[in-house]
Amino acid sequence: MITIGAVAYDPKVVTIWDGFGAWLGRRGLPVSYVLYRTYEEQVDALLDGHVDVAWNSPLAWLETERRARAAGETAIGFAMRDTDRDLTSLVLVADDGPVRSVGDLRGQRVAVGAFDSPQATLIPLLLLQEAGLVCNDDFEVVPFDVLPGKHGDHVGGERDAVKALVRGDVAAACLLDANQLAFGREGTLPAGKGRVVARTAPFDHCLFTAIAGRGDEDVARLRMLLLSMDWADAEVRPLLEMEGLRKWCDGRTTGFGQLGRAIDSLPFRGAEAVRAFVDRT
Amino acid sequence: MIVELGALSLERGGHLLIERALREHGRVWVRGSDPDLPGQLATWSRMRGHSFAGGQITSSPDTRWVGALPTGGPNPATLGAVAARADARWGLAARGALVEDGAAELSFPLSSRDEVWDDDAPRLYAQAAAAQWDPATAVPWDAPIEHGADVEDAVVQVMTYLIENETAALLVPARFLASIHPHYREVLGLLAIQTADEARHIEVFTRRATLRRDKLGTSTRGGQASLATLVREPDLALASFLLSVLGEGSFLELLRFLHETGPDAVTRTVARLAAQDEARHVAFAVGHLRRQCEKDPGLRARLATAVRSRHAALQHTSGLNAEVFDALVVLAAGAWTPEAIGKGFDRVVTLVERMDRARRGHLARLGFSEVEAAELSALHTRNFM
Repeated sequence: MITIGAVAYDPKVVTIWDGFGAWLGRRGLPVSYVLYRTYEEQVDALLDGHVDVAWNSPLAWLETERRARAAGETAIGFAMRDTDRDLTSLVLVADDGPVRSVGDLRGQRVAVGAFDSPQATLIPLLLLQEAGLVCNDDFEVVPFDVLPGKHGDHVGGERDAVKALVRGDVAAACLLDANQLAFGREGTLPAGKGRVVARTAPFDHCLFTAIAGRGDEDVARLRMLLLSMDWADAEVRPLLEMEGLRKWCDGRTTGFGQLGRAIDSLPFRGAEAVRAFVDRT
Repeated sequence: MIVELGALSLERGGHLLIERALREHGRVWVRGSDPDLPGQLATWSRMRGHSFAGGQITSSPDTRWVGALPTGGPNPATLGAVAARADARWGLAARGALVEDGAAELSFPLSSRDEVWDDDAPRLYAQAAAAQWDPATAVPWDAPIEHGADVEDAVVQVMTYLIENETAALLVPARFLASIHPHYREVLGLLAIQTADEARHIEVFTRRATLRRDKLGTSTRGGQASLATLVREPDLALASFLLSVLGEGSFLELLRFLHETGPDAVTRTVARLAAQDEARHVAFAVGHLRRQCEKDPGLRARLATAVRSRHAALQHTSGLNAEVFDALVVLAAGAWTPEAIGKGFDRVVTLVERMDRARRGHLARLGFSEVEAAELSALHTRNFM
């Protein structure tokens, strides 16, 4: 039996893990799962051994990795979705507005997602900082805090940020690249309304996390079974669709550099909260 | 292969041109004037499972349709179009569509061709669809009503009875509609039109009854008991036999009688229009059951048993509402003289004989012998339907 931790950012999470659990169980790996309200509670649970593995946001991965290291342990990222690799975030401005470059955002209001969202807040704010704009000194950060603790998995904050841009309340909005296309389709972002003024370097997203030396055999078996899931399999395909992937890939931990720099350096409460959480160990 | 997007971005449908080119060439470069195009291409490729490197998109095969289920064909006249058994996994898909494997099953109790299909259904459906009439314009609602109050009372009683019976005739096909696999859509369409026909009959009979009156006539326990046996019959073939062959087969004669003897143009017209629809219902049921009997020799015995069972279930009820019978006599009499009433009574007795003859004719078409047909017709409910 292996126990998986996941964060309940949406009711569909129950369907997803019930489905994956049944599928894995039929292949000889009995699975239980525990849903957490926040990623921080899940990080604590993994480190305390209440769950064997955790389906982590990028920020939760870094939190786990740093706190494990401080405790003399090693966190392992062993699987991720194909769609977790090489994401980018965008700084979007009004197509007909005066902002033509990142520098034009000086003195302006910039909408972001939840304060703890890597993709809609922390990484784009780092991009602006590394371009010479310090948040809340050089521009005003306007956060849209939907479900804090969920690290932006609930895209409501991003959507609200884009709506603020469309209304003209802010000069720019930060969001994940895929959501630019999704918001276009659903009508939140009318075609031609937004222009990308900056795009971050690629980064990675969610990561299945375990602690080395704890249940290694079961973790290896889980990894192997996840990687064997096939989009052509009608039984598992609806679950893959719901979780937003076509195939599971090996975990890699090289795509979190920007997020690491963001939480180390941003003078912003989202980064400060992470630093406090990590320092608790 | 280079796809030229011009000023079109991926958020405004540019992906359609790329998908089309990928289907043909497998690997494409994309050119456009949107300065963010490379970023958008990378994002879109990741979401679609395509690979994107060096400005080039390489298509990944979509295995979603591996194991997809074919569902016959749209044209029922084509060989193999109508399946012997409709799969619960086909759900509500159009007949002939390709259904993704793994879709949730939707079970329909009537899922075999032998139970529901009839090769004549497409033709009868088309005929039924073309024969729809508009109650607002097909009936001369303003035609004069010159008869006395007693005759109007009789008309209202007959209409009250017709409405009750047509309600049963609406509910029976409606109950089976939701049980038949939609793969057999022409049968579904035919039953749907039948229910719509009955809804229209109920409307015009109600409108006729209330042209001069605010209240309707009476409904008896016996009449209701008789109709309840129809509504509760769980077997499609038996329900169709009892309702459409014997019930509507008898009713058709009653409607023709009202068309001939109705005291005003509105009554005569609504009876004629309803009879026109009922004739179609009877024709389909007789034809369908005749073919069913040819395929299933045991069916005839089950049909006979159904008539006997229904008779046994109703033998302690009074049958036709006496006020309906009397109202028919008044309508047929046309005047209040002893001679006219006597003639009216004779005409209603003749009507009952005509109903019996019609039922025996239908039973003979289903392959019952003359003796069996006579026996079964005699056992048919006294309530006519």
